[in-house]
Amino acid sequence: MASTREIRRRIRSVRNISQVTRAMEAVAASKMRRAQQQVMATRPYAEKALEVLSHIARLHGSGDALDALITSRAEIKRVGIVLITADRGLAGGFNANVLRQNAAFIKEQRDQEREVEVVVVGRKGRDWLLRYDPVIRAEFTNMPDTLATADIAPISRTIIDDFRSARFDEVHLIFTDFVNTLIQRPTVQQILPVVPAETTATMPPDYIFEPSVEAVLEQVLIGFTEVQILQAMYESIASEHSARMVAMRNATEAANELVDELTLTYNKARQEGITRELMDIIGGSIGLE
Amino acid sequence: MTIQVEIVTPSRQLYSGEVEMITMPGVEGEMGVLAGHAPLLTTLNIGELTLHNADGEPEYIAVSGGVVEVLPDKVIVMARSAERAEEIDIARAEEAMQRAEEALRTRPDEDRQPVEIAYRRSQLRLKVARRRRRTRPGVFVEDEG
Repeated sequence: MASTREIRRRIRSVRNISQVTRAMEAVAASKMRRAQQQVMATRPYAEKALEVLSHIARLHGSGDALDALITSRAEIKRVGIVLITADRGLAGGFNANVLRQNAAFIKEQRDQEREVEVVVVGRKGRDWLLRYDPVIRAEFTNMPDTLATADIAPISRTIIDDFRSARFDEVHLIFTDFVNTLIQRPTVQQILPVVPAETTATMPPDYIFEPSVEAVLEQVLIGFTEVQILQAMYESIASEHSARMVAMRNATEAANELVDELTLTYNKARQEGITRELMDIIGGSIGLE
Repeated sequence: MTIQVEIVTPSRQLYSGEVEMITMPGVEGEMGVLAGHAPLLTTLNIGELTLHNADGEPEYIAVSGGVVEVLPDKVIVMARSAERAEEIDIARAEEAMQRAEEALRTRPDEDRQPVEIAYRRSQLRLKVARRRRRTRPGVFVEDEG
C-alpha cells in the first residue's frame, strides 16, 4: 500500500485538477451563451437577404440566367467543402463527430466519382486532414470568438471565386448545429449554388433596380453566402463550448469522486499506521517490564 | 412624416427606428430618402449614412457595401459592415490608413484594388468618427451669461 504521504500528494493534485476543470466549465458556459446570442443576431440579415433573393428569383422566372451563384450545374464533377472545427480539444466528442461526418460525406461524393477539396476552419480539422486525407484548398485557424464580416470574408471570397471559375460545381458547409446544451448535431448544408427558398412575404412588383438587377443580385448573393458561413461558425462555436462544458462537468465530478475514494484510502492507511505504532509501543513497554 | 429604418449587417442589427430622412451612399451617387419613396433596390458604396431625426442632431454611420431596399414606409439597409460614429476606434482607423498608404506606394498596379478599398474605408471611418457628438444629448447646458 502507498504511503500516507504519497496518497496525500495525489489527493492534492486531483483536487487541483478539479478546480481547473470547474473553471473551464464556467468559462465554456459563458462563451456558449454569447455564441448563442450571436447566432440570434445574424437572423434579421439572413431572413431579409433570403426574402430579397426569392423575390428577385420570382420576378425573373427561376432567376438562373442572372447570376452563376444561383445556377445549378447539370453535371457535378468537383465538390467543395467548408469544414468547421475547433482550434482546441478537451470538448468531448465535438471535433471527432464533425470529422466523422466529413469523412462520410467525402466518401459519398467519391463514390459518385466526384473530386473533393476542403476549405478547413480550425486547427483540429486541419490536423486531421493533413494526417489522413490532405485535400486542403485553404485553411483558417485561430479565428476569434467574436466574428465580424471581415473575419469570414476570405472564406466566402475563396468559395465564390472557386465556384465562379468552375473549380467547384457545388459547395457544402459541414458544421455542428447547436440544438441544445446536450445535443449538437453534425450537419451538411449546401451553400453554393444558392437555392432561393419560397417565401410568403409579399413585396411590391414594381421595384426600381439601381444600377441593375444583376448588380443588386450579386451583392445579395455575396451577403447571403457570408451570413450563412457566419451562422454556421456561431452554431459551431456554441456547440464547441457546450460540449466542453459537459465534458468539464463530468471531469470535475470524476475528480471529486476520486478525491473521496483517495481520502478513504488515506484514512485507512493512517489508521493502520497508528495501530502499528501503538502495537510497537505496547510491545516495547511489555518487553521492559 | 417619418420613415422606418432598419440597418442590419451579417453579425448584428445595428439600428431600428423612425427618422425624418435618411441619406446614404448609393452606387449612383448620394441618395436621400423621405417617406413615400418609390420601391427601390440599390447597391451601396463605401460611405457615410446619415439619419436625420426631427429633434436633435443627425446620427452618422459608416457603411461599406451591401444592398438597400426602399419601400414607401420603410428602408432596410443590408450593409456588409456598419459602424456608428461613437463605436469607431480612431487610433485603429489611423493605423489602418497608414498601412494602406504604405501598401499603395509599394504595391504593383495590378494588386492595388483591395488596398484602395481598404484605404477608402479607413478614410471614411476617420471622417465619420470625427462627427462624433461632442456633447451627449440631454447633457448639453446652455450658457445663460
